Amino acid sequence: MSAATIRDGYNFAYLDEQTKRMIRRALLKAVAIPGYQVPFGGREMPMPYGWGTGGMQVTAAVIGADDVLKVIDQGADDTTNAVSIRAFFKDLTGVETTEKTREASLIQTRHRIPEAALQEDQILVYQVPIPEPLRFIEPSEVETRKMHALEDYGVMHVKLYEDIAHFGHIATTYAYPVMVNGRYIMDPSPIPKFDNPKMHQMPALQLFGAGREKRIYAIPPYTDVKSLDFEDHPFEIQQWDESCAICGSHESFLDEVIMDDLGTRSFICSDTDFCRERGPIEESINMPVDTPIDTPIDILRETL
Amino acid sequence: MQSEPLLRVNNLSKLYAPGKGCEEISLDLYPGEVLGIVGESGSGKSTLLTSLSARLEPNAGEVLYRNAKNEWLNLYELPESERRRLLRTEWGVVHQHARDGLRMGVSAGANIGERLMAVGQRHYGNIRKEGLRWMEDVELDVSRIDDKPNTYSGGMQQRLQIARNLVTHPRLVFMDEPTGGLDVSVQARILDLLRTLVRDLNLAVVIVTHDLAVARLLAQRLVVMRHGKIVETGLTDQVLDDPQHPYTQLLVSSVLTP
Ligand SMILES: [Zn+2]
Repeated sequence: MSAATIRDGYNFAYLDEQTKRMIRRALLKAVAIPGYQVPFGGREMPMPYGWGTGGMQVTAAVIGADDVLKVIDQGADDTTNAVSIRAFFKDLTGVETTEKTREASLIQTRHRIPEAALQEDQILVYQVPIPEPLRFIEPSEVETRKMHALEDYGVMHVKLYEDIAHFGHIATTYAYPVMVNGRYIMDPSPIPKFDNPKMHQMPALQLFGAGREKRIYAIPPYTDVKSLDFEDHPFEIQQWDESCAICGSHESFLDEVIMDDLGTRSFICSDTDFCRERGPIEESINMPVDTPIDTPIDILRETL
Repeated sequence: MQSEPLLRVNNLSKLYAPGKGCEEISLDLYPGEVLGIVGESGSGKSTLLTSLSARLEPNAGEVLYRNAKNEWLNLYELPESERRRLLRTEWGVVHQHARDGLRMGVSAGANIGERLMAVGQRHYGNIRKEGLRWMEDVELDVSRIDDKPNTYSGGMQQRLQIARNLVTHPRLVFMDEPTGGLDVSVQARILDLLRTLVRDLNLAVVIVTHDLAVARLLAQRLVVMRHGKIVETGLTDQVLDDPQHPYTQLLVSSVLTP
């Protein structure tokens, strides 16, 4: 750690050492009981709730001077939320940051799991708005804790039943509930269900932090994560007829974007690093070599 | 009547305050039997029902239940998970107020299917088929399977509550004033339905009611309660036609209005 790179008067990664130890203890417990929500004495962060304060506290507790940090929001490194969190940790730890999934040792995310398969030496930290998957049907915290303790999970399928009864299929597309390690029902945070299969048997450690509700939970490497479903309505991920307008990918999660004032619509990868690494399709794009690449949207705009 | 009871209550007491609750209750319930608990409001009959159905731990005494595997279980020595399992498998509870026994925010079909899903059924088509079948059996309009219970009338809500409980084929159902608050004509039809179901499914039932007409129609045996204690017990016709205890005599002569 080089002290010169850290803002004067602040501890490494903002939180004091005692708080970090407290959070690490909660993390250890969470890793020991996959999918179980561990309460922790959450601290105020210099950002409002909803900006990922839970994820930031987890990141602050595990980040070391040798880490390489990547921060994404909806798959992109350049949104306001991602930029400010990355700047915050750069300022208060001096660690190296990156936009490349493969180079990062620590990735904090909101709403996506990177497309590139994560590895054993990586940690993925999720920002969680509502940690309790049973909250929709049971407002009482005492009762939901009891339901988890007793594996009293019938209501989770009631929700999926209602989807099928009213829409003909399971209409839940984000925050799709999962069973972790065959024991705890868990809210994977508002990632698209497209990302759910990536959680299953992932080699990387997955940590979840909810700031407002002060809960931490975890999925250790190589843990079973099963999306709830019915035998005759099996879990399915989103699919697109289109492919990415920039890199041509058929297998990534696509965002629909409006390209111009005429309302021209296009689909592009939500994971900007994935898209950039694949590179533009030859025939559709001709990039001048010296132009710095910002985002897939910028690339696309230039080509139109 | 078989010789071995299904439920055995020994010296059960649950007192909130002196004279408030129920005290030193002992009774047996046999398979396929309908036992009525009657008395005025405040007589402790609802407290007793809640304790019998594993939802309120007594201060003293025990409740023993002989399960489908013919094992005797001491209810309040079981882990809570086991008590909950019983409540959604071998038992049912029909509440007076449908909102206490139904999920008002989800469809009728989901209400009926919940217990099936809770015990591990994972085939949507089968769960739905069961829902439709039970709606027919309790004489609900099957075309309303996707409607929420708050769009149902009071009588229909009670039918739905009954279906929701019976879907796992319980052996024992607890009912707390199941027709209370309903119009007389609606009441009569629900009572007819209950009589048919109890007979066809060979259900054992403990029913709490202040309404002696309901008790006469459904129950084979009666327990009369006053101030938390049993004052008289016997075959329904015997108790109602030839009451022995002065309090029962008052109750039967309709001097007391509940
Ligand atoms: Zn792409």
